[in-house]
Amino acid sequence: MLSISNLNKSYGRTKVLTDINLDLTANKIYGLLGRNGAGKTTLLKLITSQLLRNSGEIRLDGEEVFENSRALERISLAKELPSSLKEKKAREIFALAGLLYKDWDEEYKDYLVREFNLNTKKKLSKLSTGNQTIVVLIMGLASRSGLTMFDEPTLGLDASVRYKFYNLLLEDYEKHPRTIIISTHLIDEVANLFEEVIILSDQQVALREDVNTLLEKSFYLSGREDLINPIIKEKRIIHRETFGATKIVGIYGYLTAEEKQYLKAQGVELSNIPLQKLFVYLTEGNKEGAI
Amino acid sequence: MLDPSSDKSIYVQVAEIIENEILLGNLKEEEQAPSTNQFAKVYQINPATAGKGLNMLADEGILYKKRGLGMFVREGAKEKIIKKRQALFLKETLPEVLREADRLEITVAEIVDYIKELRGGV
Repeated sequence: MLSISNLNKSYGRTKVLTDINLDLTANKIYGLLGRNGAGKTTLLKLITSQLLRNSGEIRLDGEEVFENSRALERISLAKELPSSLKEKKAREIFALAGLLYKDWDEEYKDYLVREFNLNTKKKLSKLSTGNQTIVVLIMGLASRSGLTMFDEPTLGLDASVRYKFYNLLLEDYEKHPRTIIISTHLIDEVANLFEEVIILSDQQVALREDVNTLLEKSFYLSGREDLINPIIKEKRIIHRETFGATKIVGIYGYLTAEEKQYLKAQGVELSNIPLQKLFVYLTEGNKEGAI
Repeated sequence: MLDPSSDKSIYVQVAEIIENEILLGNLKEEEQAPSTNQFAKVYQINPATAGKGLNMLADEGILYKKRGLGMFVREGAKEKIIKKRQALFLKETLPEVLREADRLEITVAEIVDYIKELRGGV
């Protein structure tokens, strides 16, 4: 669906992305994760050609997207609107989006406006932060683009509006399957929406994995050190903590059924590492867990 | 409900939710199981994850696919689940209970007495 190869981007002398290679399959929901400044927004803007790359290729269904309106009108990026649009009314912004996106659905936009209870006659600058975000979310959802990307979609939203967005997203994804990329900091809240996650770290794609697989091969082991040690000898340890006489060790790698049974029999507690934590361990710089 | 911090994957939990419904009799043989999209909506999970749970049950012969209609509970599903859970109970749940009893210095005789009491002396 989307195929990125050897993509490089720097701002002046600062490298932001180095040799990014990514192949996304159609109709999956991807989570794009990375620490602040890891280049998530840069990557998304390169995909929509809002930024110029230094080198590399970005293809949508085989077609290079650069200066290719036929490809670009099928890609939408929902992100905070530039200040140049802040004096426009929400409905004027939707009208612009309708021109920009080939698959825009006006009726669906109206439905979303009602669902979110948005006053479209107000200028953006007169709307609350949350309502400004809602304008952006509606643009993304109603674009119905084959590749729909959301950059930090829940900025300034309270929990009930966030959940409404997740529900609407899943509902529309069911009716109109498309490829969705969500970049976010609120990882645990959306972890279950993702089918795959992509982690950017040190200018590169540090990890790209099916969410279920990822969670199936990461564990906390908590118990006496001498009981845990034989099992973790060969494993990749991403986290260590001591808690009294108890050792808590985070590992990244599969455990066999025998190993699990041994640990349980020894009274070692076994639990999953939530995605948010896993992300922190894997992207911590200069630590043993870092990728 | 789904427990994100459990050591079980979300899709395994999806499968267990359906198994529990069948065990409780809320979902009967030859009845239609909830669809991936229903699961996705109610539990706010990716439909592919829900689908993985349903497919796992299909592989185990607990559900079966009707083309274009969805997943249905196979005849004998309840029996199958009971057998599977019995084995699990004996292999995992009970040993865990006994380990905890050991830690708490409760003897097997005391446990047996307590069980009898709970069951009204039967």
